[in-house]
Amino acid sequence: MANTSEMMSGYRVLDLTNENGYLCGKILGDMGADVIKIENPRGDSGRKIGPFYQQVPDMEKSLYWYAYNLNKRGITLDVETEDGRQILSRLIKKADFLIESYPTGYLDKLGLSYAKIHEINPKIVMTSITPFGRTGPYKDYKGSDLVVMAMSGLMYITGDPDTAPLRISFPQAFLLASAHAAAASMIAHYYRETAGQGQHVDVSAQECALWEIANGIPLWQVNKILYKRAGSFLSGRWSDTKQRLLWRCKDGFVSFYILGGPSGIKTNQAISKWMAEKGEIPDYLKNYDWRTLDMLKQTQEMQDRLEKPIGEFFLRYTKAELYLESFKRGIMLYPVCNAHDIQENDQLKARKYWVNIEHSELGTTITYPGAFAKLSETPLTFKKRAPLIGEHNPEIYEQELGMSQSELSVLHQSGVI
Amino acid sequence: MDKKVFEGLKVLDFGWVIAGPMTLKYLADYGATVVNLESSQHPDLLRTSAPFKDNLPEIDNSGYFAYLAGNKYSVTLDLNQPKGFEIAKKLIAWADVVADSHRPGVLENWGFSYQELKKINPGVILIRNSNQGQTGPAAKQPGLGNHINGLAGIVNMVGWPGKEPISLQVAYSDYVVPHFAAAVLIGALDYRRRTGKGQELDISQLEVGLNLFAPKLINYPGVKVDESLKGNSCEYAAPHGIYRCKGDDRWCAVSVFTDEEWLVFCKAAGQLSWSKNPKFSTVINRKKNESQLNELVEAWTLQQTAEDVTKLLQKAGVAAGVVENTHDLCDDPQLKERECFWTAQHEILGNFTYLGQASRLSGTPAKLYRNAPRMGEHTEFVCREFLGMPQEEFDACLMEGVFI
Repeated sequence: MANTSEMMSGYRVLDLTNENGYLCGKILGDMGADVIKIENPRGDSGRKIGPFYQQVPDMEKSLYWYAYNLNKRGITLDVETEDGRQILSRLIKKADFLIESYPTGYLDKLGLSYAKIHEINPKIVMTSITPFGRTGPYKDYKGSDLVVMAMSGLMYITGDPDTAPLRISFPQAFLLASAHAAAASMIAHYYRETAGQGQHVDVSAQECALWEIANGIPLWQVNKILYKRAGSFLSGRWSDTKQRLLWRCKDGFVSFYILGGPSGIKTNQAISKWMAEKGEIPDYLKNYDWRTLDMLKQTQEMQDRLEKPIGEFFLRYTKAELYLESFKRGIMLYPVCNAHDIQENDQLKARKYWVNIEHSELGTTITYPGAFAKLSETPLTFKKRAPLIGEHNPEIYEQELGMSQSELSVLHQSGVI
Repeated sequence: MDKKVFEGLKVLDFGWVIAGPMTLKYLADYGATVVNLESSQHPDLLRTSAPFKDNLPEIDNSGYFAYLAGNKYSVTLDLNQPKGFEIAKKLIAWADVVADSHRPGVLENWGFSYQELKKINPGVILIRNSNQGQTGPAAKQPGLGNHINGLAGIVNMVGWPGKEPISLQVAYSDYVVPHFAAAVLIGALDYRRRTGKGQELDISQLEVGLNLFAPKLINYPGVKVDESLKGNSCEYAAPHGIYRCKGDDRWCAVSVFTDEEWLVFCKAAGQLSWSKNPKFSTVINRKKNESQLNELVEAWTLQQTAEDVTKLLQKAGVAAGVVENTHDLCDDPQLKERECFWTAQHEILGNFTYLGQASRLSGTPAKLYRNAPRMGEHTEFVCREFLGMPQEEFDACLMEGVFI
């Protein structure tokens, strides 16, 4: 561990996850760990997930795979074979982390339980990511993103009151779980480095996703208020009065809401001033003293009277115009962005967020979202694109494990690697 | 005896609201000493957020604040008074980690830039959570997590095809940041353990949040991004949706991916005349006839409770689940058995439910060591015990109104 140029230099991660766990190893890789993605010789299941580069469905062109396997090396290995397990055991001896997202019991059946892995390497941190955790009545339940999101609270409160609950269409549950798994693995890592013992980290995606329901649990426990769907309004947080969150403008939508108390007053006053300057403010709002706004006492009728003219005002401008002016006036209003808007975001550009990574196999360079944190001493770096299938087999099997060409030839032809 | 991962680790939190304090929850729940520096002049937004005990919006009555603030100490201090400033400096010298989640510039205005902190405590780790980062033209723009939902594009991923997008009610990325921020903060602690070097961590909620949509943001010449709203559908699965069940506002999720799972679904659902229809026999056909399929599935789920549909399908091996509301979550047998929530008797809130940790560490489990603090509950304890302040000095400061 002599190399200290990166936060996690010198630590090795064996990444046995599928799409339910890629992000965990990616976070550790961004921090400088040596992450080896181990996939089935037929190619990892996540390689089938779109979107695809140039819209061509291909195991080597999944943007999902690209995005979440950056900063990893990749080898192929069939852990269901005895040879595969023996090779894995050799790798486990020298590894600091093992991350997996198989169904509970799968690795145990292969003779690769935590107890066995601990026996091979007592200092290893093993992290298991599953839909509901490794214990409890739902431990064997199947959990797709939709099902885990349904069972963790956010969906029930998202959507219109009279239609079905809605999910975020890009799958989130296992990304939340994987990010949490990275933090939890780091906690176990810290303990290993200070106390000398490894341990098993059991991550439940359901439990990770339920962080997203904000004050929903205490609202129920303390006041017996059930948080409900309210369309594009905020409900139940202060009183029965709903506050609009999403506003139509000339060419799209903006995020804005009338917030009471000291947090909201500057924005509220500035909106009135702006509307007055444009001569587009009704007398009621012009004469309204925002200091008297008390969300605990605000009735829906009072709220609607404030929101109506503001909504009409927003309709006259584009989201870019509204954001630019809000920016100047310190108003808490933000555009609802699509991917293109985000790519053009000046703030992200100024912070050099985007990173260009060469894909020599495609003869091109691709731009990715960059570091999730800016660190003064050990910056997160982007060294390599996601691995091709078996790309680093020679590096690992020949150079590191010292396996012979003939051995590798046997293993290749028998489908082990 | 409990093994605490972060036994002896000292953390001073200048921050507030969600993303910053929740990052430190990771440390507090595993045994670090986290001191939350507060001011009654500018109370934490969560302290003034519902629910309140007996619906009385008193400063110590917020269940929202308490839900996330277990295992922490609270000190009140007026940083604008010279003595308050001096005590803050002593706390900075005491701490291993200093945290900030105010708008960029606020910490500097108090005189606590990273450069200043290093003078007081050369090895300090300063972690700063903000909406859009400490640098750049938008760094100081005010905003809350609900606004970032728009800026990060999340809003554009919620809604029915052909309709308007629908906003989330929650500050989504506020609850995403802590995972990433805790990972990198612990990395910084380990790095310091090895090298003695501290550092400043600048974490932008927007930049973290985009990680959860990264494949849609990858850019290359000629890229085409699908921006259409998709409801609850999945491009390669059907049925894949939320279906109404028996009861008032009761729903279940069902997701069938492969033809094999479809056969299992049909068998589990029993004598459904339409299930053998070739229109639904393959994934291509099911996708082609998806809206009809969804109607038929819902006609079936409507006859039963969401719980029964879930049990039946899960027993057969199909991914299904109740769309749980917060009442369901509080009674969820899985969450109960795994002690996802922690309960304790709180002096103000009574029998109270805290958010626990979302994973179980086999050797060093997280736990609730102490209740969420009243504002300033530990001011005297921290000054006396952690800083070794003589009683007379503490009393004098108290009289002068330093601890407000």
